[in-house]
Amino acid sequence: MGRSSTEVTPSIDHHHLLGQPADLAGHLRQHGSLPVPESADRNWQQRFLELLAASGLAGRGGASFPSAVKLQVARAAGDRGTVVVNAMEGEPASDKDKVLLLRAPHLVLDGAQLLAAACGAERVVVCLPVGRDRVASAVALALAERAALRYTRVGEVLVRPPDRFVAGEESALAQWLDSGLSLPTFRPDKGVALRIASRKALVYNTETLAHIGLIGRQGVAAFRAQGITEEPGTCLITITGSVMHPGVVEVPRGTPLRDIITSSVPSEPVDALLVGGYGGTWVGPPHFATPYASLSLRTIGATAGVGVIVVLGDQGCGIAESARIAHFLASQSSGQCGPCVFGLPAVADDLTLLAEGRPDAALMPRLLRRLDQIQGRGACRHPDGAVALVRSALGVFADDVAAHQAGRPCAYAHRPTVLRIPLMAGT
Amino acid sequence: MAGGRRVVSSTSLWYATRASGIVALILLTVTMVLGLATTNRARARHWPGYAQQEIHRRLSIIAMVFVGIHVLTSVLDTYVSISWTAIVVPFTSAYGRFWVGVGTVSLDLMLAVTLSSLLRERMKPGTWRGLHWLSYLCWPVALAHTFGMGTDAGEPWVIGLGVACVVSVGAALVWRLHVTARQHGAASRVPADSQRTHVVLTAPLGGDQHGA
Amino acid sequence: MLRIVIDPVACDAYGYCAELLPEAITLDEWGYPMVDATPLPAELVAAAKRAVRDCPRRAVMLQRREEPR
Repeated sequence: MGRSSTEVTPSIDHHHLLGQPADLAGHLRQHGSLPVPESADRNWQQRFLELLAASGLAGRGGASFPSAVKLQVARAAGDRGTVVVNAMEGEPASDKDKVLLLRAPHLVLDGAQLLAAACGAERVVVCLPVGRDRVASAVALALAERAALRYTRVGEVLVRPPDRFVAGEESALAQWLDSGLSLPTFRPDKGVALRIASRKALVYNTETLAHIGLIGRQGVAAFRAQGITEEPGTCLITITGSVMHPGVVEVPRGTPLRDIITSSVPSEPVDALLVGGYGGTWVGPPHFATPYASLSLRTIGATAGVGVIVVLGDQGCGIAESARIAHFLASQSSGQCGPCVFGLPAVADDLTLLAEGRPDAALMPRLLRRLDQIQGRGACRHPDGAVALVRSALGVFADDVAAHQAGRPCAYAHRPTVLRIPLMAGT
Repeated sequence: MAGGRRVVSSTSLWYATRASGIVALILLTVTMVLGLATTNRARARHWPGYAQQEIHRRLSIIAMVFVGIHVLTSVLDTYVSISWTAIVVPFTSAYGRFWVGVGTVSLDLMLAVTLSSLLRERMKPGTWRGLHWLSYLCWPVALAHTFGMGTDAGEPWVIGLGVACVVSVGAALVWRLHVTARQHGAASRVPADSQRTHVVLTAPLGGDQHGA
Repeated sequence: MLRIVIDPVACDAYGYCAELLPEAITLDEWGYPMVDATPLPAELVAAAKRAVRDCPRRAVMLQRREEPR
C-alpha cells in the first residue's frame, strides 16, 4: 500500500502549536472554555478515548507511543490517580518543551485536564527541572491565572525534580514523585500502568499534551489535515549545530529532513544530521530526503526521538562529536545497572581514542562487541540510545573511521563542538 | 520418680553443655566469616560462589543445632537452676543471671536472623537485609557469653580459640569495609548533579520560526 | 515456555546464576549476566529455579511466555 509520504499540506491551517496566545484571557478568546463537562461520565470518557484513537496522535516525548493506548491502559488501572506533564526535557539539544510552556502553557495544561477527566485522575502535576527559572515563572503564572478564574476541573501543581538527562524518563519521574528517588525502574511489562502512591499515573510529554489540548477542541479533522496518514499532525523540532538560525520550528509530520533544515540556514555544507537527540542516530546525505516520520526513519535505522536535529557541517568531525556525546551519556547514567555504568564509559573511551587517531589494533572488534553486549541490558533505554548513536556514527562516518583508524584523524577533530553539552564536574 | 541415680548424670550434661557451646561458637564464627566472604565476593579457586553461599546457610543450621544442644543440656542439668523460659527471655535465669542472659540475647538474635531468612520471600529485600545484619550483633554477644560465663574461659586453649575467632571475623570485617569503600568509589564516577552550563551559544528561545 | 529475566537494577554481579546455568547465562567483561534469549529447555528448568532462589539480590526471575520470541 502506497504511503502518502510526500503529501504535505500548505501551512495555512488551524492546528498550530506555536503562535498561540500565552495568557489565559487570550487563550479563552481564541479557543473558548475547557471542553470538559462538570462531571465526566463513562460515556464522555469513552468518546474522548475514541477521539484520541481516531486522531492517531503518538507521543512526542521520544517513544512515539500511541497516546490513546496509554490512556486505555490507565483507564483500566483503577480510579483516581495523577496526570503528569513531563516537561523535563533532559536532552540538552532540545528546547521545544520550554518554548511551548513559554508560548502556549494553557494548551498544554488543557490537554492534561482533558486526560484527567478521561481517566478519572484527580490532579495534574507539572514536572520542570530545577534551574529553569524563566520557564518556571511562566508556568507558575499560568497556573495562578487558571486557579484565579477557577478554570480547571482538577488541581494543578508545579514540582521541580533534579536536572539530569534520565530524570525525565517516565518511570524515573513516577518514582521521584512517589519516593523522591529520581531513578528509572525495571519494568518488564510496559502494559502495566505506572503508579504513584499506589494510584495510577499517566506521564505525557509537554508537546503531546498541547496536541491533545487542540484535538479536544478542534477535533480530529483539523489535526489530521497536517502531516501524513500514518503519522498525522505537526511536530516541534529544535534545530541546532552549524546553522545561522538555530531554534524551534513546527513542521507537519512527514516533511523531508532537508526541507526542515533549510529554514535554519546551514552555515556550511551539511555532512550529517543528528536526528532524535543524543540518544538518536546520525543520518548521512544519501538519506536527507527521508520524511520526518517514525516509519520512514525506521527504514534508515533512525527515529524521530525527542524532536531534535543537530546539523554537522563539513568542517566538523562526526567521530569527535560522537565521542563527546558518548561521554556525556555515560556521565548521565543513573548508576543502577552494570552494563550502563561500566559499558558506556568504556565505549566513550574507545571512541575518544578513535577520534584522536590513536586506536589500538583491537579497538574496533572490542568496540563492536561492547555495543552488542550493552544493548538491551539496562532497566531503561538510556544505554540503548548511546549504542544506537555510536553505531550510526560508525556507519555514517565510515570513511572517517577508516582514516582515523589508520592514524590519520581529520583536521576538525579538535575543532570546538557545535553541540550543546553541559559542563560536568571533573571534565 | 524415685531419687538416686539419674539416667544422665549431671556431670555428663555439664560436659555436653560446655562442649556444644564451644563447638557452636566455632561454627558461628565460620558462618560469619563465610557470610562476609560472600559479600566480599571472595572466591575459592575451584569452589563456585553459589556453593559457598550454600555452605554458609547449612553451617548456620548446624550451628543452631549445637546451640540447641547447649541450651537443652543446660536447662536439663539440675545442678544449676536455669528455667525453660530463660532460654528466650533474657536475664531471668536463677543461675548466672547476667551472663546466661547475655547468651539468651544472642540466641534471640540468632532466631530472628534464621526466621528472616526462612521467610525471605515474603518481605522486602531491605527488610531482610536489616534483619540479617543482626548477626553482626549476635556473634560478639555469643563471644561475650562464652568468656563471661567463665567456665572454661581461663584455659589457654580456650583463650587461643577466642583470639582466633576474633581475628578471623575481624579480618573479614575489615575486608568487607574496604570492598564497600571501593564500590562507592566506582559509583561516584556518576556525578550527582551536573552543572547546566552550555559550552556553545544556545539557540535563542525568541528566535523560533513557524514551519512550512 | 519459560524465559529467564534479569532485573538489571537489582543485579550486583555476584555471578551465581552463570555458575548454575552456564548453558543459558554468560558473564560480560564486568561480571554482569547476559541471558540467552531463547526459551528455556526443560532440562534446565530445575537449575534455573535454583538460580532464582540463590541469587543474593533476588535479581533472577522466570517469566512465562506463551509465544516464542
